[in-house]
Amino acid sequence: MPQAPFPTKAASQPHVGLFVTCLADVYRPGVGFASLKLLKQAGCRVSVPDAQTCCGQPAWNSGDRPTTQAIAKATIAAFETFDYVVLPSGSCGGMLRDYPAVLDGDAHWQGRATALAEKTWELTSFLADVMRFEGISARLDGAVAYHDSCTGLRRLKIKAQPRALLAQVKGLTVRDLPNPEECCGFGGTFCVKYGDISNQMVSDKVADILATGADTLLAGDVGCLLNMAGKLKKIGSPVKVRHVAEVLADMADQPAIGEAEGPR
Amino acid sequence: MQSTTRQFKDNARAALNDATLRQPLQKLKVGFRVRRAQAAEKLPEFETLRDQGRDLKNHVLENLDFYLETFATAVEASGGVVHWARDAAEAREIVLSICRDHNARTVTKGKSMISEEIGLNAYLADHDITPVETDLGEYIIQLRNEPPSHIIAPAIHVQKEMVADAFRATHTHLPADRPLSEPRQLLDEARAVLRDKFLAADVGITGANFLIAETGSTVIVTNEGNGDLTQLLPKVHVVLASLEKIVPTLEDAALLLRLLARSATGQEASSYTSFSTGPRRPGDPDGPEHFHVVLLDNGRSRLLGTEFEEMLRCIRCGACMNHCPVYGAIGGHAYGWVYPGPIGSVLTPALIGIEEAAPLPNASTLCGRCEAVCPMRIPLPKLLRHWREQEFSRHLPPGRTRLGLRVYRWFATRPALWRLATRAAALGLRMMGRKTGFLTRLPFAEDWTRHRVMPVPQGQTFMARYRAETDTPEI
Ligand code: SF4
Repeated sequence: MPQAPFPTKAASQPHVGLFVTCLADVYRPGVGFASLKLLKQAGCRVSVPDAQTCCGQPAWNSGDRPTTQAIAKATIAAFETFDYVVLPSGSCGGMLRDYPAVLDGDAHWQGRATALAEKTWELTSFLADVMRFEGISARLDGAVAYHDSCTGLRRLKIKAQPRALLAQVKGLTVRDLPNPEECCGFGGTFCVKYGDISNQMVSDKVADILATGADTLLAGDVGCLLNMAGKLKKIGSPVKVRHVAEVLADMADQPAIGEAEGPR
Repeated sequence: MQSTTRQFKDNARAALNDATLRQPLQKLKVGFRVRRAQAAEKLPEFETLRDQGRDLKNHVLENLDFYLETFATAVEASGGVVHWARDAAEAREIVLSICRDHNARTVTKGKSMISEEIGLNAYLADHDITPVETDLGEYIIQLRNEPPSHIIAPAIHVQKEMVADAFRATHTHLPADRPLSEPRQLLDEARAVLRDKFLAADVGITGANFLIAETGSTVIVTNEGNGDLTQLLPKVHVVLASLEKIVPTLEDAALLLRLLARSATGQEASSYTSFSTGPRRPGDPDGPEHFHVVLLDNGRSRLLGTEFEEMLRCIRCGACMNHCPVYGAIGGHAYGWVYPGPIGSVLTPALIGIEEAAPLPNASTLCGRCEAVCPMRIPLPKLLRHWREQEFSRHLPPGRTRLGLRVYRWFATRPALWRLATRAAALGLRMMGRKTGFLTRLPFAEDWTRHRVMPVPQGQTFMARYRAETDTPEI
């Protein structure tokens, strides 16, 4: 498989490999384009390797280590030549950070996995913490509720970063959810394996979202967003659901998740 | 205790439909969570204490045989007797024979999860010995003939009207028309009834939060003082504890006590912390004439040296279940055995077998909140995943899941085919739901669409559009 060209190491213009993540690729290509735009605005050179598929989470969380290892190795090979790997998802970012554990016992691959894990970043934390990017140029009039997805929040310590970036969006107020640390009930295959429990969790979450009175819900993970949008639409709520990158990139004019195209 | 863990899904559904559960579970979330957070906040060294607690327990587990022997020697030096029980059956027999040696008719009991684990109450009752639980919550569930639904608040699922019903049904010597609508009235009645039991008991059985190797002491914490009456009034005191409860010194116990109370209830210290060291000595004002410690293994030593060893650091504070969104949705009984919540989902497979407990490790979103609050820094999500791996390698997941993973692997390791497949999926779904932006029904995804709609993709995949728009060669 052809490799990405060896990066020209310019500290000012790091070469970023964008891992779009499978859910964004299929469900929300707009998130991929928003990520591209933001990374470029922040001064990065961005490549999108074709060899990317999925980060391996469905296998890892199902206890299928051999499959996870196969996918991890392919992902490492596809991305290890970049200065950074950036994903518009805390949960997939967490997965890449888990690769050393996935490849435990294989010294060669574990070394490569560790090197990759160390340069893997979720999008908003990469923009805020690594690039110290403060040049958001976007406008959205209204109030948004921000949901902190679990892996991002607890594993990658992402909480202040999206808020700091959103604070630069003109016209926007960000509201915190009640019970901000509570999982939305997505959990990958959990939401279908244990649909009833997941439903209770997402129902509680939706009640919290509605309690904020915000007109838009934002988060940094397409999986959680599909889950919450799926419930909000099911109960007929007009709350719009978007990935945070869409707003930051000033691309919130496309239909929100679960909304039809056409005049709105 | 017989497990109903295999029926976890049905149990969970029943719990979700049980309207009486919503209020107590909501109370637990706001109560325990807020109080723990405040207690942790108020103690600047709390996070450091957690590290110290973890390191201490790791040290103990590495030298468990040494500390157990030290403990046993110290107990015997203070006039007590130590019994080693390999499994639940042995532990039950030991307790029964102690009771028989003293011609016991009634035993009082302080709260003990080990007693639940070995099914002691039913066993004693079968042998004509009446066990009486003295912790109010335990007493309530004993009357209701059900297992605890929480490790520190066993009757959290019982509303006060249900308590009144249980009291009326049991305390038939009291006037039938007495008022029992206020918590105070319930408490007073339980007190009066239990007071007589304390005085009549021949043997008192308690659990132990810690066993102290250097002194041979056992420690229990309670908020009701019932533990003291249980262990001091009868002439025989039996302590039931599992091996890993051991700590080297009194000072070590103090460290863990600070973590325990704050993590459990948000208290700085529990109302009563009681130390027992051997039987009454000449000149002691009170205390039992005989002191026995039953040390239960029941599969725990098998975990030493495995990836599950870290579970043995647990001090049973309950914080993981208080913060678990799954426990918060279904409560404790749905888990189907003694220990619910994240700790239960890790421990139960180890104690009753992964085949029997197969659903538990999977019933989690791995959100990580349990690990974030566990005072002993037990990586519960990682351990849940280890169990999933064991299940996978033993071919326990259903064929459909395994086939799905094979298909997934086949595509995910073939990027070109993956792109074709994702493109087809995106376009297909798009076509089906273009008008509304979502689908209300979708074949093979009923488990999703029963409760939610399925938002449809935007159209082309990102990868397809990106290649088309940027016209860049594939790299
Ligand atoms: S696993 Fe941790 S949080 Fe859960 S009961 Fe044990 S010590 Fe407490």
